[in-house]
Amino acid sequence: MDLELSDSLKKVVDGLSSDFSDKFIEVYQSSGDTFVRVEADAIVQICRYLKNEQHFIYLTDMLGTDRFTSEERFEIIYNLVSLRDREHLFVKVRLPEEDPTIQSITDVWKSATWLEREIFDMFGVKFENHPDFRRMYMPEDFDYYPLRKEFPLLGIPGSIELPSTTPDTE
Amino acid sequence: MQTKHIKDKVDPKFFKEHQEKLYQALEDKHTTVELLDEEDPLGTQMVLNMGPQHPATHGVLRLILQLNGELIEKAKLDIGYLHRGVEKIAENKTYQEFMPYTDRMDYLAPYSNNVAFCTAVEKIANVEVPERAHYIRMIGCELARISSHLLWLGTMVMDAGAVSFFIWAFREREKLYDIFDNIGGHRFTISHSRIGGVANDLTDDAIAMIKDFVDNFPQELKDFHDLLDRNRIFFDRNREVGVLDTERALEIGATGPTLRGSGYAYDIRDFAPYARYDEVEFEIPTRLEGDNLARYYVRMEEMHESVRIIRQCLDKLPKGPVRTDNAKQAYPSKDEVYYSMEGMIHDFMMTDTGICPPEGAESYHAIEGPKGELGFFIQSDGTGHPWRLKINSPSFKNLQALEDILDGEMVADTVVIIGGVDPVMGDSDK
Repeated sequence: MDLELSDSLKKVVDGLSSDFSDKFIEVYQSSGDTFVRVEADAIVQICRYLKNEQHFIYLTDMLGTDRFTSEERFEIIYNLVSLRDREHLFVKVRLPEEDPTIQSITDVWKSATWLEREIFDMFGVKFENHPDFRRMYMPEDFDYYPLRKEFPLLGIPGSIELPSTTPDTE
Repeated sequence: MQTKHIKDKVDPKFFKEHQEKLYQALEDKHTTVELLDEEDPLGTQMVLNMGPQHPATHGVLRLILQLNGELIEKAKLDIGYLHRGVEKIAENKTYQEFMPYTDRMDYLAPYSNNVAFCTAVEKIANVEVPERAHYIRMIGCELARISSHLLWLGTMVMDAGAVSFFIWAFREREKLYDIFDNIGGHRFTISHSRIGGVANDLTDDAIAMIKDFVDNFPQELKDFHDLLDRNRIFFDRNREVGVLDTERALEIGATGPTLRGSGYAYDIRDFAPYARYDEVEFEIPTRLEGDNLARYYVRMEEMHESVRIIRQCLDKLPKGPVRTDNAKQAYPSKDEVYYSMEGMIHDFMMTDTGICPPEGAESYHAIEGPKGELGFFIQSDGTGHPWRLKINSPSFKNLQALEDILDGEMVADTVVIIGGVDPVMGDSDK
Protein backbone atom coordinates (compact mmCIF):
# COMPACT_ATOMS: atom_id res chain seq x y z
CA MET A 1 0.00 0.00 0.00
CA ASP A 2 1.28 3.44 -0.88
CA LEU A 3 1.81 5.79 1.96
CA GLU A 4 1.16 9.49 1.68
CA LEU A 5 3.09 10.74 4.65
CA SER A 6 3.69 14.38 5.36
CA ASP A 7 7.32 15.45 5.72
CA SER A 8 7.21 15.58 9.49
CA LEU A 9 5.51 12.19 9.84
CA LYS A 10 7.95 10.67 7.36
CA LYS A 11 10.78 11.83 9.59
CA VAL A 12 9.06 10.26 12.60
CA VAL A 13 8.50 6.94 10.85
CA ASP A 14 12.07 6.88 9.51
CA GLY A 15 13.42 7.69 12.95
CA LEU A 16 11.34 4.94 14.54
CA SER A 17 12.27 2.29 12.01
CA SER A 18 16.00 3.05 12.27
CA ASP A 19 16.25 3.52 16.05
CA PHE A 20 13.88 0.68 16.94
CA SER A 21 14.38 -1.55 13.91
CA ASP A 22 13.70 -4.80 15.78
CA LYS A 23 10.67 -3.44 17.61
CA PHE A 24 8.98 -1.77 14.66
CA ILE A 25 6.38 -3.96 12.93
CA GLU A 26 4.46 -1.93 10.37
CA VAL A 27 3.14 1.46 9.36
CA TYR A 28 -0.12 1.99 7.48
CA GLN A 29 -2.72 4.61 6.81
CA SER A 30 -6.47 4.51 7.08
CA SER A 31 -8.87 7.38 6.30
CA GLY A 32 -5.99 9.84 6.42
CA ASP A 33 -4.67 8.78 9.84
CA THR A 34 -1.26 7.19 10.27
CA PHE A 35 -0.90 4.08 12.42
CA VAL A 36 2.37 2.60 13.61
CA ARG A 37 2.43 -0.87 15.12
CA VAL A 38 5.26 -1.77 17.48
CA GLU A 39 6.20 -4.56 19.86
CA ALA A 40 4.49 -4.31 23.23
CA ASP A 41 7.64 -4.79 25.32
CA ALA A 42 9.29 -1.62 23.98
CA ILE A 43 6.34 0.71 24.39
CA VAL A 44 7.83 2.85 27.17
CA GLN A 45 11.10 3.46 25.31
CA ILE A 46 9.25 4.23 22.08
CA CYS A 47 6.87 6.63 23.81
CA ARG A 48 9.75 8.36 25.55
CA TYR A 49 11.57 8.63 22.22
CA LEU A 50 8.50 10.08 20.51
CA LYS A 51 8.00 12.59 23.29
CA ASN A 52 11.59 13.72 23.69
CA GLU A 53 12.97 13.43 20.17
CA GLN A 54 9.92 13.88 17.94
CA HIS A 55 7.99 16.42 19.97
CA PHE A 56 4.80 14.42 20.52
CA ILE A 57 4.29 16.16 23.84
CA TYR A 58 0.55 15.70 24.21
CA LEU A 59 -1.22 12.38 24.75
CA THR A 60 -4.81 13.10 23.88
CA ASP A 61 -6.36 9.68 24.04
CA MET A 62 -5.71 6.01 24.65
CA LEU A 63 -8.05 3.20 23.83
CA GLY A 64 -8.28 -0.53 23.91
CA THR A 65 -10.01 -2.71 21.37
CA ASP A 66 -11.06 -6.32 21.44
CA ARG A 67 -10.20 -7.88 18.09
CA PHE A 68 -11.86 -11.16 19.13
CA THR A 69 -9.21 -13.30 17.49
CA SER A 70 -7.42 -16.24 19.04
CA GLU A 71 -4.01 -14.60 18.75
CA GLU A 72 -3.09 -11.13 19.88
CA ARG A 73 -6.60 -10.45 20.92
CA PHE A 74 -6.31 -7.04 22.54
CA GLU A 75 -5.00 -3.90 20.99
CA ILE A 76 -3.99 -0.70 22.76
CA ILE A 77 -3.89 2.45 20.64
CA TYR A 78 -2.07 5.57 21.80
CA ASN A 79 -3.27 8.78 20.20
CA LEU A 80 -0.34 11.23 20.23
CA VAL A 81 -0.38 14.84 19.10
CA SER A 82 2.55 16.90 17.95
CA LEU A 83 1.52 20.47 18.62
CA ARG A 84 4.50 21.78 16.67
CA ASP A 85 3.89 19.85 13.45
CA ARG A 86 0.09 19.68 13.84
CA GLU A 87 0.06 15.94 13.40
CA HIS A 88 -1.65 12.97 15.01
CA LEU A 89 0.23 9.69 15.31
CA PHE A 90 -1.42 6.47 16.41
CA VAL A 91 0.86 3.91 18.03
CA LYS A 92 -0.54 0.42 18.35
CA VAL A 93 0.48 -2.60 20.35
CA ARG A 94 -1.15 -6.01 20.44
CA LEU A 95 -1.52 -8.18 23.51
CA PRO A 96 -2.40 -11.85 24.00
CA GLU A 97 -5.72 -13.09 25.32
CA GLU A 98 -4.17 -14.84 28.31
CA ASP A 99 -3.24 -12.36 31.02
CA PRO A 100 -2.73 -9.23 28.89
CA THR A 101 -0.10 -7.11 30.60
CA ILE A 102 1.85 -4.08 29.44
CA GLN A 103 4.13 -1.49 31.00
CA SER A 104 2.40 1.71 32.06
CA ILE A 105 3.45 4.92 30.31
CA THR A 106 2.45 7.17 33.20
CA ASP A 107 6.13 8.10 33.65
CA VAL A 108 6.13 9.58 30.16
CA TRP A 109 2.73 11.28 30.12
CA LYS A 110 0.94 11.73 33.40
CA SER A 111 -2.36 12.00 31.53
CA ALA A 112 -2.20 8.26 30.88
CA THR A 113 -3.16 7.57 34.52
CA TRP A 114 -6.89 7.68 34.07
CA LEU A 115 -6.81 6.50 30.46
CA GLU A 116 -5.01 3.30 31.48
CA ARG A 117 -7.41 2.78 34.35
CA GLU A 118 -10.28 3.08 31.90
CA ILE A 119 -8.78 0.45 29.60
CA PHE A 120 -8.27 -1.90 32.57
CA ASP A 121 -11.86 -1.32 33.63
CA MET A 122 -13.27 -2.06 30.20
CA PHE A 123 -10.92 -4.77 28.88
CA GLY A 124 -8.98 -6.17 31.82
CA VAL A 125 -5.59 -5.23 30.42
CA LYS A 126 -3.14 -4.86 33.31
CA PHE A 127 -0.65 -2.02 33.41
CA GLU A 128 2.56 -2.53 35.38
CA ASN A 129 4.17 0.26 37.43
CA HIS A 130 0.96 2.25 37.45
CA PRO A 131 0.78 4.64 40.44
CA ASP A 132 -2.92 4.17 41.21
CA PHE A 133 -4.26 1.03 39.62
CA ARG A 134 -8.00 0.70 40.21
CA ARG A 135 -11.09 0.48 38.09
CA MET A 136 -12.29 3.73 36.60
CA TYR A 137 -16.07 3.62 36.22
CA MET A 138 -17.28 0.29 37.56
CA PRO A 139 -17.08 -0.48 41.28
CA GLU A 140 -14.21 -2.62 42.51
CA ASP A 141 -16.45 -5.56 43.36
CA PHE A 142 -17.52 -6.00 39.76
CA ASP A 143 -15.83 -9.04 38.25
CA TYR A 144 -16.29 -8.57 34.51
CA TYR A 145 -14.86 -6.38 31.76
CA PRO A 146 -17.85 -4.90 29.94
CA LEU A 147 -16.36 -3.87 26.61
CA ARG A 148 -15.02 -7.34 25.84
CA LYS A 149 -17.03 -8.78 23.00
CA GLU A 150 -18.27 -11.79 24.98
CA PHE A 151 -19.91 -9.55 27.61
CA PRO A 152 -23.63 -9.43 26.80
CA LEU A 153 -25.26 -6.11 26.01
CA LEU A 154 -27.91 -6.65 28.67
CA GLY A 155 -25.32 -7.28 31.34
CA ILE A 156 -25.05 -10.25 33.67
CA PRO A 157 -27.87 -10.50 36.20
CA GLY A 158 -26.69 -10.60 39.77
CA SER A 159 -23.17 -9.50 38.89
CA ILE A 160 -23.54 -6.44 41.07
CA GLU A 161 -25.63 -5.80 44.11
CA LEU A 162 -28.30 -3.20 43.46
CA PRO A 163 -30.23 -1.25 46.08
CA SER A 164 -33.59 -2.73 46.94
CA THR A 165 -36.49 -1.24 45.02
CA THR A 166 -39.11 -2.31 47.52
CA PRO A 167 -39.64 -0.25 50.66
CA ASP A 168 -38.24 -1.63 53.89
CA THR A 169 -41.53 -1.42 55.72
CA GLU A 170 -44.39 -3.73 54.94
CA MET B 1 -7.50 4.03 58.96
CA GLN B 2 -10.43 3.32 61.22
CA THR B 3 -13.57 5.36 61.52
CA LYS B 4 -13.81 6.83 65.01
CA HIS B 5 -17.00 8.06 66.53
CA ILE B 6 -16.86 11.71 67.37
CA LYS B 7 -18.86 11.13 70.53
CA ASP B 8 -16.14 8.88 71.96
CA LYS B 9 -13.44 11.38 71.12
CA VAL B 10 -14.73 14.52 72.75
CA ASP B 11 -15.93 15.09 76.29
CA PRO B 12 -18.23 18.09 76.40
CA LYS B 13 -17.96 20.23 79.52
CA PHE B 14 -21.32 21.92 79.34
CA PHE B 15 -24.75 21.26 77.76
CA LYS B 16 -23.74 17.63 77.54
CA GLU B 17 -26.94 16.24 76.13
CA HIS B 18 -27.28 19.00 73.57
CA GLN B 19 -23.75 18.55 72.30
CA GLU B 20 -24.09 14.78 72.13
CA LYS B 21 -27.22 15.07 70.04
CA LEU B 22 -25.49 17.56 67.78
CA TYR B 23 -22.57 15.19 67.20
CA GLN B 24 -24.97 12.35 66.60
CA ALA B 25 -26.76 14.45 63.99
CA LEU B 26 -23.46 15.23 62.34
CA GLU B 27 -22.56 11.55 62.23
CA ASP B 28 -25.88 10.64 60.74
CA LYS B 29 -25.48 13.15 57.94
CA HIS B 30 -24.23 11.99 54.55
CA THR B 31 -21.10 14.06 54.98
CA THR B 32 -19.04 11.69 57.07
CA VAL B 33 -16.27 12.91 59.28
CA GLU B 34 -13.50 10.49 60.04
CA LEU B 35 -10.85 11.34 62.57
CA LEU B 36 -7.40 10.20 61.58
CA ASP B 37 -5.19 10.80 64.52
CA GLU B 38 -5.50 9.94 68.20
CA GLU B 39 -3.26 12.91 68.97
CA ASP B 40 -5.44 15.33 67.04
CA PRO B 41 -8.32 16.28 69.33
CA LEU B 42 -9.26 19.41 67.40
CA GLY B 43 -9.82 17.35 64.29
CA THR B 44 -7.70 19.41 61.93
CA GLN B 45 -6.82 16.18 60.16
CA MET B 46 -9.83 14.68 58.54
CA VAL B 47 -11.19 13.07 55.45
CA LEU B 48 -14.07 14.92 53.88
CA ASN B 49 -16.36 13.24 51.43
CA MET B 50 -18.10 15.58 48.98
CA GLY B 51 -20.79 14.24 46.76
CA PRO B 52 -21.91 12.37 44.75
CA GLN B 53 -25.12 14.20 45.56
CA HIS B 54 -23.76 17.65 46.17
CA PRO B 55 -25.18 20.75 44.48
CA ALA B 56 -21.78 22.30 43.87
CA THR B 57 -20.27 19.28 42.16
CA HIS B 58 -22.34 19.77 39.01
CA GLY B 59 -23.79 16.32 38.81
CA VAL B 60 -22.65 13.09 40.36
CA LEU B 61 -19.01 13.83 40.98
CA ARG B 62 -17.62 12.53 44.25
CA LEU B 63 -14.53 14.01 45.83
CA ILE B 64 -12.66 12.59 48.76
CA LEU B 65 -10.45 15.21 50.31
CA GLN B 66 -7.84 14.66 52.96
CA LEU B 67 -7.72 17.88 54.91
CA ASN B 68 -5.29 19.47 57.26
CA GLY B 69 -7.30 22.28 58.76
CA GLU B 70 -8.68 24.01 55.71
CA LEU B 71 -5.88 22.89 53.42
CA ILE B 72 -6.43 20.02 51.02
CA GLU B 73 -3.47 17.71 51.37
CA LYS B 74 -4.63 15.13 48.87
CA ALA B 75 -7.68 14.77 46.72
CA LYS B 76 -9.18 11.78 44.94
CA LEU B 77 -12.05 11.85 42.50
CA ASP B 78 -14.55 9.06 42.23
CA ILE B 79 -16.46 9.05 38.97
CA GLY B 80 -18.66 6.54 37.22
CA TYR B 81 -21.97 7.21 38.92
CA LEU B 82 -23.44 8.13 35.55
CA HIS B 83 -21.74 5.38 33.56
CA ARG B 84 -24.21 4.06 31.01
CA GLY B 85 -21.82 2.23 28.74
CA VAL B 86 -22.57 4.20 25.58
CA GLU B 87 -19.51 2.71 23.87
CA LYS B 88 -21.00 -0.75 24.29
CA ILE B 89 -24.38 0.52 23.10
CA ALA B 90 -22.72 2.02 20.02
CA GLU B 91 -21.40 -1.39 18.99
CA ASN B 92 -24.97 -2.64 18.81
CA LYS B 93 -26.56 0.26 16.96
CA THR B 94 -26.31 1.57 13.44
CA TYR B 95 -24.41 4.82 13.13
CA GLN B 96 -27.51 6.95 12.76
CA GLU B 97 -29.29 5.16 15.61
CA PHE B 98 -26.45 6.00 17.94
CA MET B 99 -26.75 9.73 17.43
CA PRO B 100 -29.40 10.47 20.08
CA TYR B 101 -27.07 8.90 22.63
CA THR B 102 -24.45 11.53 21.87
CA ASP B 103 -26.99 14.21 22.85
CA ARG B 104 -27.06 12.74 26.30
CA MET B 105 -23.34 12.80 26.85
CA ASP B 106 -22.45 16.46 27.14
CA TYR B 107 -26.05 17.44 27.70
CA LEU B 108 -25.23 21.13 27.92
CA ALA B 109 -24.13 21.32 24.29
CA PRO B 110 -25.89 18.50 22.42
CA TYR B 111 -25.43 20.09 19.01
CA SER B 112 -21.64 19.91 19.24
CA ASN B 113 -21.79 16.22 20.13
CA ASN B 114 -24.02 15.47 17.14
CA VAL B 115 -21.65 17.28 14.83
CA ALA B 116 -18.62 15.59 16.35
CA PHE B 117 -20.13 12.16 15.79
CA CYS B 118 -21.39 12.91 12.27
CA THR B 119 -18.06 14.35 11.11
CA ALA B 120 -16.27 11.29 12.48
CA VAL B 121 -18.57 8.94 10.58
CA GLU B 122 -18.30 11.08 7.46
CA LYS B 123 -14.54 10.91 7.65
CA ILE B 124 -14.40 7.12 7.90
CA ALA B 125 -17.13 6.57 5.27
CA ASN B 126 -15.95 9.28 2.84
CA VAL B 127 -19.19 11.24 2.78
CA GLU B 128 -19.23 14.66 1.20
CA VAL B 129 -21.30 17.23 3.02
CA PRO B 130 -22.93 20.13 1.13
CA GLU B 131 -21.62 23.63 1.79
CA ARG B 132 -24.82 24.92 3.32
CA ALA B 133 -24.93 22.07 5.83
CA HIS B 134 -21.42 22.94 6.97
CA TYR B 135 -22.44 26.49 7.73
CA ILE B 136 -25.63 25.43 9.49
CA ARG B 137 -23.57 23.06 11.62
CA MET B 138 -21.13 25.81 12.49
CA ILE B 139 -23.96 28.09 13.57
CA GLY B 140 -25.41 25.29 15.69
CA CYS B 141 -22.03 24.47 17.25
CA GLU B 142 -21.35 28.06 18.19
CA LEU B 143 -24.84 28.49 19.64
CA ALA B 144 -24.21 25.34 21.66
CA ARG B 145 -20.90 26.76 22.83
CA ILE B 146 -22.60 29.94 24.04
CA SER B 147 -25.29 27.88 25.73
CA SER B 148 -22.73 25.72 27.53
CA HIS B 149 -20.59 28.67 28.57
CA LEU B 150 -23.66 30.51 29.85
CA LEU B 151 -24.48 27.62 32.12
CA TRP B 152 -20.87 27.54 33.27
CA LEU B 153 -21.07 31.30 33.96
CA GLY B 154 -24.27 31.00 35.94
CA THR B 155 -23.18 28.09 38.09
CA MET B 156 -19.58 29.16 38.56
CA VAL B 157 -20.53 32.66 39.68
CA MET B 158 -23.18 31.11 41.91
CA ASP B 159 -20.47 28.92 43.45
CA ALA B 160 -18.55 32.13 44.12
CA GLY B 161 -21.55 33.59 45.90
CA ALA B 162 -23.68 35.57 43.43
CA VAL B 163 -26.96 33.75 43.04
CA SER B 164 -28.83 36.21 40.81
CA PHE B 165 -26.33 35.63 37.99
CA PHE B 166 -27.69 32.15 37.56
CA ILE B 167 -31.08 33.58 36.63
CA TRP B 168 -29.61 36.12 34.19
CA ALA B 169 -27.54 33.47 32.43
CA PHE B 170 -30.58 31.23 32.18
CA ARG B 171 -32.66 34.02 30.70
CA GLU B 172 -30.21 34.09 27.77
CA ARG B 173 -30.12 30.30 27.57
CA GLU B 174 -33.90 30.32 27.29
CA LYS B 175 -33.56 32.32 24.05
CA LEU B 176 -31.09 29.73 22.78
CA TYR B 177 -33.49 26.93 23.61
CA ASP B 178 -36.18 28.70 21.61
CA ILE B 179 -33.79 28.98 18.68
CA PHE B 180 -32.96 25.28 18.88
CA ASP B 181 -36.64 24.49 19.14
CA ASN B 182 -37.14 26.37 15.90
CA ILE B 183 -34.14 24.79 14.17
CA GLY B 184 -34.68 21.16 14.99
CA GLY B 185 -37.95 20.76 16.84
CA HIS B 186 -36.38 20.06 20.22
CA ARG B 187 -35.30 22.48 22.86
CA PHE B 188 -32.69 20.39 24.56
CA THR B 189 -31.57 17.16 22.91
CA ILE B 190 -31.68 18.36 19.35
CA SER B 191 -30.26 15.55 17.18
CA HIS B 192 -30.45 17.93 14.25
CA SER B 193 -27.28 16.86 12.49
CA ARG B 194 -27.42 13.84 10.19
CA ILE B 195 -24.70 11.78 8.62
CA GLY B 196 -24.18 13.58 5.32
CA GLY B 197 -25.69 16.90 6.35
CA VAL B 198 -28.41 18.14 8.65
CA ALA B 199 -32.02 17.06 9.11
CA ASN B 200 -33.69 20.15 7.71
CA ASP B 201 -32.88 23.63 6.52
CA LEU B 202 -33.06 26.66 8.75
CA THR B 203 -36.44 28.34 8.52
CA ASP B 204 -36.68 32.10 7.96
CA ASP B 205 -38.01 32.32 11.50
CA ALA B 206 -34.95 30.56 12.87
CA ILE B 207 -32.58 32.82 10.93
CA ALA B 208 -34.42 35.89 12.20
CA MET B 209 -34.18 34.58 15.77
CA ILE B 210 -30.46 33.87 15.45
CA LYS B 211 -29.89 37.36 13.98
CA ASP B 212 -31.86 38.87 16.82
CA PHE B 213 -29.83 36.88 19.32
CA VAL B 214 -26.42 37.87 17.93
CA ASP B 215 -27.55 41.51 17.83
CA ASN B 216 -28.63 41.61 21.45
CA PHE B 217 -26.32 39.14 23.12
CA PRO B 218 -23.11 41.26 22.98
CA GLN B 219 -24.81 43.89 25.12
CA GLU B 220 -25.75 41.25 27.69
CA LEU B 221 -22.21 39.95 27.62
CA LYS B 222 -20.94 43.46 28.22
CA ASP B 223 -23.24 43.75 31.22
CA PHE B 224 -21.88 40.47 32.60
CA HIS B 225 -18.37 41.83 32.14
CA ASP B 226 -19.27 45.11 33.86
CA LEU B 227 -20.67 43.25 36.83
CA LEU B 228 -17.81 40.82 37.28
CA ASP B 229 -14.56 42.21 35.90
CA ARG B 230 -14.04 44.78 38.65
CA ASN B 231 -15.95 42.96 41.34
CA ARG B 232 -13.67 42.67 44.36
CA ILE B 233 -15.33 39.58 45.80
CA PHE B 234 -15.36 37.68 42.52
CA PHE B 235 -11.79 38.72 41.81
CA ASP B 236 -10.46 37.60 45.17
CA ARG B 237 -12.34 34.31 45.03
CA ASN B 238 -10.82 33.45 41.66
CA ARG B 239 -7.41 35.02 41.29
CA GLU B 240 -4.51 32.64 42.01
CA VAL B 241 -6.97 29.92 42.85
CA GLY B 242 -6.55 26.54 41.22
CA VAL B 243 -3.38 27.39 39.35
CA LEU B 244 -2.34 25.01 36.58
CA ASP B 245 0.82 26.02 34.73
CA THR B 246 1.38 25.40 31.04
CA GLU B 247 3.66 22.39 31.18
CA ARG B 248 1.62 20.73 33.86
CA ALA B 249 -1.55 21.30 31.84
CA LEU B 250 -0.09 19.55 28.79
CA GLU B 251 1.39 16.78 30.91
CA ILE B 252 -1.86 16.05 32.72
CA GLY B 253 -3.85 16.22 29.48
CA ALA B 254 -6.07 19.22 30.15
CA THR B 255 -8.06 20.38 27.17
CA GLY B 256 -10.34 23.17 26.00
CA PRO B 257 -10.61 26.39 28.01
CA THR B 258 -8.69 24.79 30.88
CA LEU B 259 -5.66 24.31 28.65
CA ARG B 260 -6.03 27.68 26.95
CA GLY B 261 -6.36 29.38 30.34
CA SER B 262 -2.98 27.87 31.13
CA GLY B 263 -1.33 29.40 28.11
CA TYR B 264 -1.51 26.92 25.25
CA ALA B 265 -3.53 28.01 22.21
CA TYR B 266 -4.68 24.49 21.31
CA ASP B 267 -8.03 24.74 19.60
CA ILE B 268 -9.14 22.07 17.11
CA ARG B 269 -10.96 24.71 15.06
CA ASP B 270 -7.53 26.11 14.30
CA PHE B 271 -5.33 23.01 14.77
CA ALA B 272 -7.20 20.83 12.27
CA PRO B 273 -10.10 22.89 10.85
CA TYR B 274 -13.27 20.92 10.22
CA ALA B 275 -16.53 22.09 8.60
CA ARG B 276 -15.63 25.55 7.22
CA TYR B 277 -13.75 27.01 10.16
CA ASP B 278 -10.84 27.80 7.85
CA GLU B 279 -13.05 30.30 6.02
CA VAL B 280 -14.13 32.38 8.97
CA GLU B 281 -12.03 34.69 11.07
CA PHE B 282 -11.77 34.25 14.79
CA GLU B 283 -9.25 34.57 17.58
CA ILE B 284 -8.27 31.90 20.09
CA PRO B 285 -8.50 33.53 23.52
CA THR B 286 -5.54 32.44 25.61
CA ARG B 287 -4.30 33.46 29.05
CA LEU B 288 -1.03 32.70 30.74
CA GLU B 289 -1.96 32.75 34.42
CA GLY B 290 -3.61 29.33 34.58
CA ASP B 291 -5.83 30.26 37.50
CA ASN B 292 -9.59 30.30 37.74
CA LEU B 293 -9.79 33.93 36.66
CA ALA B 294 -7.88 33.10 33.47
CA ARG B 295 -10.41 30.38 32.66
CA TYR B 296 -13.18 32.91 33.27
CA TYR B 297 -11.66 35.38 30.79
CA VAL B 298 -11.03 32.66 28.20
CA ARG B 299 -14.64 31.49 28.27
CA MET B 300 -16.07 35.01 28.24
CA GLU B 301 -13.94 35.92 25.22
CA GLU B 302 -14.87 32.68 23.51
CA MET B 303 -18.50 33.75 23.67
CA HIS B 304 -17.52 36.98 21.90
CA GLU B 305 -15.72 34.97 19.24
CA SER B 306 -18.70 32.64 18.85
CA VAL B 307 -20.97 35.60 18.14
CA ARG B 308 -18.42 36.79 15.59
CA ILE B 309 -18.36 33.37 13.89
CA ILE B 310 -22.16 33.17 13.78
CA ARG B 311 -22.34 36.60 12.15
CA GLN B 312 -19.85 35.57 9.46
CA CYS B 313 -21.69 32.29 8.90
CA LEU B 314 -25.00 34.11 8.44
CA ASP B 315 -23.35 36.43 5.91
CA LYS B 316 -21.73 33.61 4.00
CA LEU B 317 -24.57 31.07 4.25
CA PRO B 318 -24.66 29.66 0.70
CA LYS B 319 -27.77 28.39 -1.05
CA GLY B 320 -28.19 24.74 -1.86
CA PRO B 321 -29.10 21.36 -0.43
CA VAL B 322 -28.54 20.56 3.23
CA ARG B 323 -27.93 16.82 2.87
CA THR B 324 -25.90 14.82 0.43
CA ASP B 325 -27.92 13.38 -2.41
CA ASN B 326 -26.33 9.93 -2.32
CA ALA B 327 -28.94 7.45 -1.13
CA LYS B 328 -26.25 4.99 -0.04
CA GLN B 329 -24.80 7.51 2.37
CA ALA B 330 -27.61 9.60 3.82
CA TYR B 331 -31.31 9.58 4.39
CA PRO B 332 -33.38 10.82 1.43
CA SER B 333 -35.55 13.87 2.01
CA LYS B 334 -39.04 13.26 3.31
CA ASP B 335 -40.52 14.48 0.00
CA GLU B 336 -38.82 11.61 -1.77
CA VAL B 337 -39.84 9.11 0.88
CA TYR B 338 -43.52 9.97 0.65
CA TYR B 339 -43.80 10.33 -3.11
CA SER B 340 -41.42 7.81 -4.68
CA MET B 341 -40.87 4.10 -4.28
CA GLU B 342 -37.06 4.39 -4.48
CA GLY B 343 -37.08 7.02 -1.78
CA MET B 344 -39.00 4.74 0.53
CA ILE B 345 -36.72 1.78 -0.14
CA HIS B 346 -33.67 3.93 0.50
CA ASP B 347 -35.17 5.26 3.70
CA PHE B 348 -35.86 1.71 4.83
CA MET B 349 -32.34 0.57 3.93
CA MET B 350 -30.77 3.49 5.80
CA THR B 351 -32.80 2.68 8.89
CA ASP B 352 -32.24 -1.06 8.68
CA THR B 353 -28.58 -1.32 7.63
CA GLY B 354 -27.35 2.23 7.63
CA ILE B 355 -24.14 3.52 6.24
CA CYS B 356 -21.33 0.96 5.95
CA PRO B 357 -17.76 2.29 6.08
CA PRO B 358 -15.11 0.14 4.35
CA GLU B 359 -14.01 -2.99 6.17
CA GLY B 360 -10.99 -2.58 8.41
CA ALA B 361 -11.06 1.20 8.22
CA GLU B 362 -10.26 3.12 11.36
CA SER B 363 -10.14 6.82 11.92
CA TYR B 364 -10.18 9.49 14.56
CA HIS B 365 -11.88 12.82 14.19
CA ALA B 366 -12.19 15.51 16.80
CA ILE B 367 -13.97 18.82 17.03
CA GLU B 368 -13.61 21.61 19.52
CA GLY B 369 -16.59 21.21 21.79
CA PRO B 370 -17.38 23.83 24.42
CA LYS B 371 -15.44 21.82 27.00
CA GLY B 372 -12.51 20.92 24.79
CA GLU B 373 -11.40 18.32 22.30
CA LEU B 374 -14.29 15.96 21.64
CA GLY B 375 -13.14 13.09 19.47
CA PHE B 376 -14.58 9.86 18.15
CA PHE B 377 -12.35 6.95 17.24
CA ILE B 378 -14.18 4.47 15.03
CA GLN B 379 -13.11 1.03 13.85
CA SER B 380 -15.30 -0.49 11.19
CA ASP B 381 -15.79 -4.12 10.27
CA GLY B 382 -17.67 -3.28 7.09
CA THR B 383 -21.16 -3.62 8.57
CA GLY B 384 -23.59 -0.92 9.62
CA HIS B 385 -22.43 -1.10 13.23
CA PRO B 386 -19.08 0.18 14.43
CA TRP B 387 -16.74 -2.57 15.66
CA ARG B 388 -15.36 -0.24 18.26
CA LEU B 389 -16.27 3.34 18.99
CA LYS B 390 -14.24 5.27 21.51
CA ILE B 391 -15.29 8.66 22.76
CA ASN B 392 -12.52 11.01 23.75
CA SER B 393 -14.48 13.18 26.12
CA PRO B 394 -13.10 16.52 27.29
CA SER B 395 -14.66 16.43 30.75
CA PHE B 396 -12.92 13.16 31.54
CA LYS B 397 -9.53 14.67 30.84
CA ASN B 398 -10.30 17.93 32.60
CA LEU B 399 -11.42 16.02 35.68
CA GLN B 400 -8.07 14.29 35.73
CA ALA B 401 -6.49 17.73 35.69
CA LEU B 402 -8.87 18.78 38.48
CA GLU B 403 -7.57 15.99 40.70
CA ASP B 404 -4.13 17.45 40.17
CA ILE B 405 -5.17 21.08 40.70
CA LEU B 406 -6.96 20.41 43.99
CA ASP B 407 -3.86 19.28 45.88
CA GLY B 408 -2.70 22.15 48.07
CA GLU B 409 -5.79 24.32 47.66
CA MET B 410 -8.15 25.50 50.37
CA VAL B 411 -11.31 23.49 50.95
CA ALA B 412 -13.49 26.59 50.56
CA ASP B 413 -12.16 27.07 47.03
CA THR B 414 -13.05 23.54 45.94
CA VAL B 415 -16.47 24.40 44.58
CA VAL B 416 -15.13 27.42 42.70
CA ILE B 417 -12.38 25.33 41.13
CA ILE B 418 -14.85 22.64 40.09
CA GLY B 419 -16.99 25.38 38.58
CA GLY B 420 -13.97 26.81 36.78
CA VAL B 421 -12.98 23.48 35.23
CA ASP B 422 -16.60 22.99 34.19
CA PRO B 423 -17.03 19.21 34.02
CA VAL B 424 -20.19 17.52 32.82
CA MET B 425 -20.58 14.09 34.30
CA GLY B 426 -22.63 12.70 31.43
CA ASP B 427 -19.66 13.44 29.22
CA SER B 428 -16.92 12.09 31.46
CA ASP B 429 -18.76 8.98 32.62
CA LYS B 430 -19.93 7.95 29.14
